[in-house]
Formats: sequence, C-alpha cells, structure tokens
Amino acid sequence: MTSVTPRRAVWAFALALPTALASIAAAAERTTPSIFDPVSTPAFAIRELSYRVFGITGFIFVVVAGLAVYTLIRFRSRAGDERGEPPQIYGSTQIEIAWTVVPLIIVVVLFLVTARYIYGIERRAMPAGALEVTVVGHQWWWEVRYPGLGIVTANEIHVPVSDPAGATPTFLTLESVDVVHSFWVPQLAGKMDVVPNKTNRMWIDPRTLGTYVGQCAEYCGTQHAWMLLLVVVHPRDEFERWVAAQRTPARDEVAARAGYQLFHSLACINCHTVRGTPANGVFGPDLTHLMSRRTIGAGAASNTPEALRAWVDDPAAIKPGALMPTMKLSSDELNHLTAYLLTLR
Amino acid sequence: MSVHAPPLVTAEAMTRHTWLEHAHEWVVTVDHKRLGIMYIVSGLVFFVIAGLEASLMRLQLAWPGLHIVPPETFNRLFTMHGTSMVFLVGIPIVFGFGNYLVPLMIGARDLAFPRLNAFGFWIFLFAGLLLHFSFIGGEGLYGSGSAPAVGWFAYAPLTSRTFTPGNATDYWNLAIFLAGVGTIGTAINIVATTLTMRGPGMTLGRMPIFVWTMLTVSAMTLFILPPLSAAQIMLILDRFLGAHFFDTQAGGSAVMWQHFFWFFGHPEVYVLMVPGFGFVSEIIPVFSRKVIFGYATLVAATVSIGGVALGTWAHHMFAVGMGSTLNTFFAMSTMLIAVPTGMKIFNWLATMYGGRIRFQTPMLFCCAFLFQFLCAGLTGIMLSVAPFDWQLTDSYFVVAHFHFVLIGGLFFAAFGAIYYWFPKATGRMLSERLGRWHCWLFVIGFNLTFLTMHVQGLLGMPRRIYTYPADRGWEMWNLVTTLGVPLQIAATLVFVVNILVSLRRGKPAGADPWDAWTLEWATTSPPPSYNFETLPVVTSRRPLWDLKHPDDPDGPHE
Amino acid sequence: MSAHAATHAGAVGHAWRGRAGMIGLIIAEGSLFAVFVVAYLYYTGKSLHGPFPKDVLHIPLVGTICLFASSATVAFGARALARGDIRRSGGWLMVTAVLGAIFLAGTAREWHQLIYRDGLTIGTNLFGSTFYPLVGLHASHVIVGLVMLGLCCVFAATGALRVAHAERVEMVSWYWHFVDGVWVVVLTVVYVIGR
Repeated sequence: MTSVTPRRAVWAFALALPTALASIAAAAERTTPSIFDPVSTPAFAIRELSYRVFGITGFIFVVVAGLAVYTLIRFRSRAGDERGEPPQIYGSTQIEIAWTVVPLIIVVVLFLVTARYIYGIERRAMPAGALEVTVVGHQWWWEVRYPGLGIVTANEIHVPVSDPAGATPTFLTLESVDVVHSFWVPQLAGKMDVVPNKTNRMWIDPRTLGTYVGQCAEYCGTQHAWMLLLVVVHPRDEFERWVAAQRTPARDEVAARAGYQLFHSLACINCHTVRGTPANGVFGPDLTHLMSRRTIGAGAASNTPEALRAWVDDPAAIKPGALMPTMKLSSDELNHLTAYLLTLR
Repeated sequence: MSVHAPPLVTAEAMTRHTWLEHAHEWVVTVDHKRLGIMYIVSGLVFFVIAGLEASLMRLQLAWPGLHIVPPETFNRLFTMHGTSMVFLVGIPIVFGFGNYLVPLMIGARDLAFPRLNAFGFWIFLFAGLLLHFSFIGGEGLYGSGSAPAVGWFAYAPLTSRTFTPGNATDYWNLAIFLAGVGTIGTAINIVATTLTMRGPGMTLGRMPIFVWTMLTVSAMTLFILPPLSAAQIMLILDRFLGAHFFDTQAGGSAVMWQHFFWFFGHPEVYVLMVPGFGFVSEIIPVFSRKVIFGYATLVAATVSIGGVALGTWAHHMFAVGMGSTLNTFFAMSTMLIAVPTGMKIFNWLATMYGGRIRFQTPMLFCCAFLFQFLCAGLTGIMLSVAPFDWQLTDSYFVVAHFHFVLIGGLFFAAFGAIYYWFPKATGRMLSERLGRWHCWLFVIGFNLTFLTMHVQGLLGMPRRIYTYPADRGWEMWNLVTTLGVPLQIAATLVFVVNILVSLRRGKPAGADPWDAWTLEWATTSPPPSYNFETLPVVTSRRPLWDLKHPDDPDGPHE
Repeated sequence: MSAHAATHAGAVGHAWRGRAGMIGLIIAEGSLFAVFVVAYLYYTGKSLHGPFPKDVLHIPLVGTICLFASSATVAFGARALARGDIRRSGGWLMVTAVLGAIFLAGTAREWHQLIYRDGLTIGTNLFGSTFYPLVGLHASHVIVGLVMLGLCCVFAATGALRVAHAERVEMVSWYWHFVDGVWVVVLTVVYVIGR
C-alpha cells in the first residue's frame, strides 16, 4: 500500500491538471477576469510568455516527477532483498556538474526571454493618438480623471477600442491619496501598484469591445475587497459620445428641486463634486453623472434606485467601514435626495 | 559501539517528583534538548491556533457573499494567521530542531550560550502571547479585539496612525520585534556552537547536512533579521513620536518599508525552508540505506542559497514600479537561486536510486515533500518571470505557491522529522498506523486546498479579500479549496493523538531504532543531560556507519 | 574512546566561543545600523522644509576625538588585564568610560541646541526623522558600552576582576571598537556627506 503513495499522487495530479486548464478556459467568459483571456497587448504578451514558462516548467515537472516515481517504485525494499546494505555511492562529479549546468542554461534562456518582455511592455513609448487617463486610488474607490478632456468620474474607465493596425492605446497614470492600492484588470494588463507619493504609469490597448472587470490587488484596509474596477471598451464614435455626455454639467430638473436643496444644505457638498453647482468637494467620488455608472460603492451594490437610497441612508450597512458617514435622514428626506441623485445622469 | 544507558537507580530517581517540581525543572532549564522540545511544542500549539484562523477564513470564502465573519475580523484573521505561521510556528520549529539536534549531531554538550538560549525561548513565548493577547484588547473578543489587521507584511502607510488608529498595529510591531530579538540570540548561539564546539574528529566537512543548514540559516538570520527590527523601530517612531520614515504626506516613502521588509522577508522564507532540506537530507539516506549522494555539492548549494537569497528580495515588488532595470535584475537573481535549490532534488533522487527504500512514516512524509516541493519550486520559477508576476502577484496563485513551499515543503519535512526524532527525544516510537493516516489525510487535504488554489489566482482573484462578487466564476474553486480544510484538521488531530498516546504507550525505541549513522543515535533515547557518556571516534561523515561496518568505513571514499 | 579537550580537530579554546558570539552580535548590530544609514542617505535632500543639515549641523570634533581615543584606551585596558596588571587595567577602563561619557555629553548638548535653538525635532521633517534615530541608536549603544565598562571598573576596584577574565574584557573591548567603527560611518554619512 505504501509503495503506491507517490504514484497515486502523481496520477491524481496528472489527471487534475488538464481538467483544471479546461475549466479555466471554459470559465473564461467575459465576466471572469482570467489571465488566459486577454484582450489587450500587455495581457496578450504575458499570456504568450506564460505558455513558454508553463512549457518549460511542465517539462521539468514531468521529467523530475517521472524520475522520482520510477526511483521510488523500482528501488523499494522487498522481502526477497539480500541482506546487508546496497552499494554506497558517494557522488559523481560528472553527474553533479551536468545537473548544475543544464538548469543553469535553462535559467539563462528563461532570463533572456523574460528581460525582452519586461522591456517590451514597460518601455513602450506613448504614441500621439493615445488617450491619457489618471487613476487615483482612495480608500476604497477609484477616482478616474481624463485630464485632456476635463472629465472626472469614479470606478469605471471608458476607453475607445484600439485597432491593432493603428493602435490607440490608453496610458494610465496611477496615484494614491492615502495607502498603497493596486490596479489590476487581468484581461488588459498585469497589475501596477498605486503608491502615495509616487507616480506609476502603465498602458492598455483593448482590441475587443466589451466590459472588463478587475479590482484593487493590494490590501488597503477594511474594504479592500469591494474596490472593484470596470473598464468599458467602446467603438470610437460611441466613446466620443460618452465623452461629450460626461463633459456636460449636471442637469437641473425642477422636479428634483427639493432634493437639490437638501444636497446643498447638508454636508454632501463637503465631499462630493457636482459640476455646474456649488458642490466641489473632492474627498468622495464626483457625482455629476452618477447615474451613468453601473455600480455604487465601487462595486458594493448595483446602481439602482433602491440601492442608492439604502446607500445614502447608511453606507456602512452595504459596505461596513466605508468612509462616507450615515446622514441620519428621515424617510422623506431620503426620497427627495434619491430623486435628485437619480437626475444626475 | 559504546553506549551506556544511564544508571537505572539514582538517588534522584528514588525521590518522587511532584508535578510542580517537574514543571519547575522545565521552566528553569538551560538544557538545549528541553528548550528545543519547548520550542517545537509551542510552535505546534500556535500552528493549531493559526490553522483555526485559516479554517475560519476558508469557511467565509467558501461561497460569495457569506457573513461568517465581519470584514474587519477577516482582515485580522489573515494578519494573525500569516504572522503566527511565520514567526510563531515556522521559526520556533526550525530553531527548536536546531536547538535539539545541533549539539547532539556534532558531539557537543550543549549550545555555546545556554542561558542566552533559555532567554531566546522565553522572549519568543512572551511575544507570541503578547500578539495573541491583542484578540482580547480593544473591543474584546467578539469584535476580535485589537488584533492587527494590516497583513503579515504590514505595508506602510496603512500602518501609520492615520490609517490604523488604536493599538492593533502596535501589538504586531512589538510582538514581532521581541520575537526577532530572541531569534537573533539563538542564531548567534548556533553559529558559535557549530564553529567552536564540535567534538573530536568532527571537522566542518563531516558535519551532517542538517547542521550545515542550521549554520547557514543562523548566519543569514544575523544579516536579515536586524533590518526588520530596524524598520519596526522606525514604525514605532512614526506612530509614537511623530517621525516621518514612512509618512508619505511628509515626503516619506512607502516603498522604503517594502524594501526593508522584504530584504528580511525573502531570506526569511529560506531560513524556514532550508532546514526542511536538512531534515530530508538526513531521513532519505537512512530510509534508502545509502549515503547521501554528493555531500559536497549539497553543502555548497546550501551555502550559496544562503548568499544569493540576500539578493532576491524585490521579486515581491515587481508591481511597485521600480523600473525595468531593477525588475530585470531581481528576476535574474530569483531565477539564479532556483539552480542550487532545484539541484538538491537531484541529490535526493540519486540517493534513493539504487537503494532499498523503506516506506515508514518519516519516509512517507519525505516522498510527499519531494513532489510538493517540486511543484513549489516550479511555481516559484514561474513567478520569477516578472511579467507573469505582474499578473499573479497578490493573487491566490502566490498564496498557493508559498503554501506549497511552507506546508507542502517545510511542514511535511518537519512532520517527517518529528516522526524520525521523536523516538530519540522521548524513548518511544510514534505509531506507524496513525502516522500513515496523518500523512494520507494531510496529503489529500493539502493538495485539495492548495493545488486548486492556483486556479483562482489564474482567474484573477486577488488575495486578502473577505468576499468576492458572484459573477467572477470563482465560487466552485473556492468551494473545493475549502473542502480540503476538514481533512487537514482531521490529519492534525490524528497527529496530536499520536503524540499523546505514544508518549504513554509507544513502543520503546532504544538508542538507534532506525539503524542510522549520525552521532545523535550514539547515545540513549532520551539522551542524558550531558548528551554523551562517551563519544565515538569521528573519522567520517557517518560515524555510526563506520562502527557498524568496520570493513568498509566511509573515510576513504569521502 | 573518550575525548580530551584540546587534542582533536574542531577543538578550539574556550575563548573562541565568546569571540564567535561577539562577532555574531557585531554582524547583527551592524546590519541594524546599516538600515538606518540607508534610510538617512535615501532621505538626504528630500525634506520638504527646513531646518536643513547644512544650517544646523557642526562636526562634533571633541566628542569624536574622545571616542576614537577611547578605542586605544580600552585596548590598553584589555591588554593590561591579560598581562595580569589588574590595577592598570581598571585605570584604563575607567579612562575609556570617561571618554565615552564626554562623547555622550557632547551629543546631549548638540541635541539640546538642535531642539531648543534650531527647532529640529524628530517630527519636524525627514532630516529630523532620520537624524535622531541614527545618532540616537549609536548613542544608546555607547550607553550600553558604558554600563559594561562601568561594571568592569567596579569589579576591578573591588578585586573581583582577575586574569582569568581577560578574554571577557577583551570581548567588551571588541564591542567598544565596533561602536567606534559605527561612529566613523555615522560621522561620514551625517556630518560630511549629508551636509
């Protein structure tokens, strides 16, 4: 029974691995941020590199594990063994040199390949038509600014699709106002940390339309888990329309006057900006086009009227530890306020 | 073979010891053997606690949107789990074995500084208790008190007063600082002992591989632990005296903490792992009935790992934005260290090749170790490829990788070591049957949890999140991962039962139950307080082989 | 076959145990200081506002000379004990302690000026944050050394110090040389390069 242990383990793994890989591929629908489902050059490059790496390490595993299995089975002690000890072999200079040099060569090759990819991805110069986006990490949401376009939004990044022939990548500048976060949308690129007092740069060039999910990947406090990211890739004309809509100041609807008054008399304006009104707080997300976003609380809830009302009532009920305080409003006040927020499309 | 059992009837043995006197003996002891056992037992107790913390975490993550524990509690759990496992489980067990075995293996009477040794143990124990006391500080146990929630590597500026008010972080800081002081003391002790107290004929080139691993990691500790202590002093100054070492608002650098921490943190995991290699290098030859293949290269590999490990730290920081030059350098150094590390597997295979392998429990654990450590090393090579790491650092892939190293590697080797040397320390054998159950249950449970865990990482799941959205395709994998937990718990229970039962009713072991070859088997089980009544002559790396095979001693072959 | 103490390979005198231990300690402490030095160097010139080093720092000449001289005196003291001259040894060790105390007094005066006259505290800026811990860490090691030297002096005076303790006093002297060595580095980094 005991001699089966290593063999069984290896067979189990050998069967599990392809099953796992198949499942990974199958699970890679657009909402699963699998690194094997890239849509942007850095992610494509990394996947390509990972195939090579898996190939090399897979080969090593098969060889070494195979040797191990063979050795364990072939040389197990059996009842019919002669008495006394087997021949003692103290070493062999040739063999030991061989098994040092061969891995060294593999490592050198791997290193050269790696270096090429590092420089290829990191040293990419920004071309003329690139879109520039600044992402600022907060506890626990993402501020998204388009400095060239005068747009400020939160948690969602909208970019135009990039045609492989005439690439229009998006270059991201990453900053933090508080602690270290990390920007990770696996289908677009590897992650890049968002560090206070340091500016990092990365780029993406999504080639397929769609919505890609990610989230903060560096533990940053209580609600690190709900610091989700959404990157929406539009056709060029649709993106221009989105930009135009985002640049307009906030709507002013008569029906929501009561809520507007409330918003501007309560502490809301200390933290939030609504362009076109006196509200210009910067501690919390820009709400000018709040309703154009799909989630609130950086993914903690969907952006529906009910959720919005619940959030304003008590953010901590949805996202415990969130830095927005509960405003302790009456039910009427909540209705007015929510109605006003719903006009911020 | 000149081994005399200690006299059966002494004046002392005639006196019945009360349990109080017995406990007193252990509390005031400076005997390396007792301190070693105390280190290992304490480490195992903290292992159980940290394991329960992990089990709670896995329960919470088994399905999206669960509310088993509140968010902040989860954050405290993973912080305490990681911190405990590294500082209160791994280090004590490694240095506990070093404590117990090094003097015996080199023919010394004790460590160089026995009182420093005792001091090291008690300050470690105090530190562990201080850290766990934090659970009942603050708001008390049900809010999981004031336990730290900054992650085991406590990145700045999350650890500053601004972002973690209260004393949770201070518990982490002080407890680990104190534990570090103790570890440095023990490291000095082991270096001094190995270099200056070897017995007659025991040259450096004849020391068992395990002693070489302890010498290497102790020397490493002297270089790497003080930087952590320094960073912790800086953190205390920031938090209490208003200094700005890591205060980004005043121009300080968050990245500097990471450099200091990982300069310690990476070699630290080698300090944890390399003695595991030492265990395996002692056990495999005995159970294959063959001398270790390539002693000199194994030693050279060990020492070079110790050196190169000091230059690989920033592979934990590939995503921080260090720039291509540094990223490339650290990718290179990390790949480089894979060579001496991986080579050892070949040494072990070559040792088994042509042998007559006996699959008793210590060997079973070593077999599992071989495959698991192979996986661990290969995922490590994958992660050394910086762009690949850009995707997978801070994801569950990394969590799977290092658990393969530390549990699949170190812990399995340590379990094997416990089964191997328990007879020496107690005079009784552990149960083979229970040992097999322990091994099997752990192998299956461990792989169910951690092999699967690689997948969540590849699918984009970051670490340290208390829950996750339901639409990411992660649920099934998390569920399977969690299913491995009850098996590991069962395995640990079997292990504990084995120990407790065998202490009372284990088969008497005798001096040399495994027919082994190193010096510790040349004295009684357990050894007398002075270790050896008479030391055998040491003229080779396997003194007992020479005694048992006077016609074919090792000396001429080495 | 039993072992005799001094006749086997790997047998080293008892003294080497202490030396190995002290070398280990020096390596560890050196590593500790190295990190504070790195932090100091990294933050040089990065303070957002003053006071700046060039405005307020002056090389502590007297203290430095005393400290370096004390390395010589402690060596004399250790050697005297090895020769058997306990009184002279006690004398040299006392001189060492006094020189060390003068150095500390200089540091204390310097800090008093920096805090009260120049307005530089540990929380003022990055310079303050890195200066006080680095110099302070060194000063605390001097204090520990003074305690050990003080003990040696007391034992010399009461007649408890004997030739057999020569090796231990030698270890104290090694520690003291280490503290001096660190001062060379701190002096260079803080008062020369950093300014």
